[in-house]
Amino acid sequence: MIKKVVSVVLLALVIFACSSSDGGESKPKDNFDRQTMLVNWADNIIIPAYEDLDSKLGALVAAKNTFTVTANQTNLEALRIAWLDAYKVWQHVEMFNIGKAEVDYYSAYMNIYPASVTEIESNIANGGYDLALANNQDAAGFPALDYLLYGVAADDNAILAMYTTNANADGYKLYLSDVVNEMKSLTEAVLNDWTTSYRSTFVNSTANTTTSSTNKITNDFIYYFEKGLRANKFGIPAGIFSGGVLYPEKVEAYHNQEVSKILALEALHASQDFFNGKAYNGTSDGNSFDDYLDYLQTITDGEDLTALINNQMNAARSQIQTVDSNFSNQVNTDNTRMTLSYDELQKVVVLLKLDMVQAMNISVDYIDADGD
Amino acid sequence: MGFNTKAYLQSKTDAAPLAVFRILFGIMMLFSIIRFWANGWIDKLYIKPKFHFSYYGFEWVKPLGDYTYLLFIICAVAALFIALGLKYRMAIIVFFLSFTYIELMDKTTYLNHYYFISLLSFLMIFLPANAYFSVDNVLRKASYKTIPKWCVDSVKLLLGIVYFYAGLAKINSDWLFRAMPLKIWLPSKYDLPFIGESLMQQEWFHYAMSWSGMLYDLAIPFLLLYKRTRWFAFALVVFFHVFTRVLFPIGMFPFIMIVSTLIFFEADFHNKIINTIKGILKLKTTVDLKPVLEVKREKALVPFLTVFFVIQLLFPFRYVLYQGELFWTEEGFRFSWRVMLLEKMGHTTFTIKNAKTGASFVVRNRDFLSSFQEKQMSFQPDFILEYAHYLGDHFTSQGHKNVQVFVESYVALNGRLSQPFIDKTVDLYKEKESFCHKAWILPFTDEIKGL
Repeated sequence: MIKKVVSVVLLALVIFACSSSDGGESKPKDNFDRQTMLVNWADNIIIPAYEDLDSKLGALVAAKNTFTVTANQTNLEALRIAWLDAYKVWQHVEMFNIGKAEVDYYSAYMNIYPASVTEIESNIANGGYDLALANNQDAAGFPALDYLLYGVAADDNAILAMYTTNANADGYKLYLSDVVNEMKSLTEAVLNDWTTSYRSTFVNSTANTTTSSTNKITNDFIYYFEKGLRANKFGIPAGIFSGGVLYPEKVEAYHNQEVSKILALEALHASQDFFNGKAYNGTSDGNSFDDYLDYLQTITDGEDLTALINNQMNAARSQIQTVDSNFSNQVNTDNTRMTLSYDELQKVVVLLKLDMVQAMNISVDYIDADGD
Repeated sequence: MGFNTKAYLQSKTDAAPLAVFRILFGIMMLFSIIRFWANGWIDKLYIKPKFHFSYYGFEWVKPLGDYTYLLFIICAVAALFIALGLKYRMAIIVFFLSFTYIELMDKTTYLNHYYFISLLSFLMIFLPANAYFSVDNVLRKASYKTIPKWCVDSVKLLLGIVYFYAGLAKINSDWLFRAMPLKIWLPSKYDLPFIGESLMQQEWFHYAMSWSGMLYDLAIPFLLLYKRTRWFAFALVVFFHVFTRVLFPIGMFPFIMIVSTLIFFEADFHNKIINTIKGILKLKTTVDLKPVLEVKREKALVPFLTVFFVIQLLFPFRYVLYQGELFWTEEGFRFSWRVMLLEKMGHTTFTIKNAKTGASFVVRNRDFLSSFQEKQMSFQPDFILEYAHYLGDHFTSQGHKNVQVFVESYVALNGRLSQPFIDKTVDLYKEKESFCHKAWILPFTDEIKGL
């Protein structure tokens, strides 16, 4: 009798296995190959964006080297241009908190803002700092350069004086140099990892588990949109989380005073291109969330989520375009334009986090407890 | 009607099936607890979170800090004692109380199968599951060949209710005519070998699974009851549970159900199991084998258990007392064997507002909730209300004045586009929890027909 139970169980497993392999022969006509999505992301978006960032940071290093030798207005302006060029490209990679970038806390060393003026000044005054330490995350990266290039003194003459006639001019030059070099070396490490080994790990992790590439990058993408873009660039300065207490000094590139909108629009542009699978260099369009959702729509007879998400991203862009190019000004003069932008971005978050994730049936950073 | 209640209550059956059931139940529970602990879930679910969602009326049941581990140890030891049949009555009472306490600590972790375990262990308190092949027999120097038939049948009835009601709940338009939520869940299993890229992507397969799942749940209690279909039914049970275990993260539940359905088999089958165990452990029976065990206070017990089962039969239908769509409001959803019916996600944000000055700020849920709690809170109104009160109390104690709590919530249900869930003009800090309908849940814009 016991043997009978065992044999029934075994038989069921065999039937299960057989029915499985039978099914393998009938291929559905419109199957979606998720690996093409990973390949497109890696080869046409992520790696090219890192390569571009690395080359822009190379230019930044060169401009910095010129400036530290001859600190004059021309070289300062060239350095600032190189900074902004790299900062714009940065908006295309911040969302990829995966692989070495995740292990190294890469984005925390590159773009935590506002930078701590106190810490930067104390590092310069005391020397002996280690920019690789976590407590220097807010004294490094693009925001630290924002301060060093625009905020360290009242006007350009005074700023130049800090690097020439100031008693500790060498200290300022050294710090500027160290910050730039650190950014370059961190980026090189992440890029190298992608081009040597991580790319194949990434594109071959096609399962649907919490640690697989699709799931992680989906989580990263949504997290970035919600935190990096919606909250950091708009919500926090606009006082959304602070009971109406406004933080105009917490906008991105605060000391520059002119480019926070350019950077925010670049970030939205990067997010939308990633969603649509558009190549970083050029206009070719490969598989991404949009195509995956279109495929899922054909099985679920669902809504056209791709169009809804793109439309809402466009609506957010239109709203952001009405904001002053200096977000700080906007917060101080008429904060509602900031909160309206936040609201439009929030609608995108709902579409991504609920509707897209539900259609893809991907778990969003939740615990691996049982269901029923 | 040829059914004679008196004669039925006097009829006896072999004690072996219930004894085997007791052993397997105890072992399964022991493994479940060890697995729960080994996965680190005690820490993650009960120790780490600073706030816990309570069941209405059971707010006093909270995790016990580090003593929570002790609670699990007690529960595990009780399960072991149940398997051994050692101090059975005490063991099953301790098990029921400790297990139920654990489940009541935080409703975030609610699962129908935990509820099933609580009910089953409650029922087993009143059953002589240690009558045969137990350590208690040795201690009392007596074991019993037969027990009242209703003792075994009551376990079968409870199992039958679970399956049949799960089947009834599947008779709804989303499950049968939209193949939801399987249509969402199955395509995402593309990484399964052989069937992932093929069967799982086929629409007809989603419908086939939905319909056969419904028919399976409705039919299986009856197929198990009749001798001629029993083996077929058991094969189905194994197949379905193994299959769902492959597809979904449902832990120990499939194995518990497979093992439980063995109770439908005849006594000689269970005696063979017992003899095999005896052979392996080289046990010799030295106790008196008495023919019949008489259940104490049977006259009171039978009506009591009858009431228990009547409640079980009626309770899942309490949703009809609520207005609004059950799947949307979830009023009357839990404790009703509604399993795997919903793919539901929410995005819910809370705004704390000063009623006088109008100043407001948005709360970061992660500051207060674990990611799992946030997920569960986001689409269940009773969670949203409880959390709103927690936030209101928290910020009032922080010195905020005239605190109001407003909620903006979007919920997507079974593949429908997300839509607003909660009336964002209602100050939830003023709303009280009760068994009444929550008027601040916005109406569902679609219709789901069915039970």
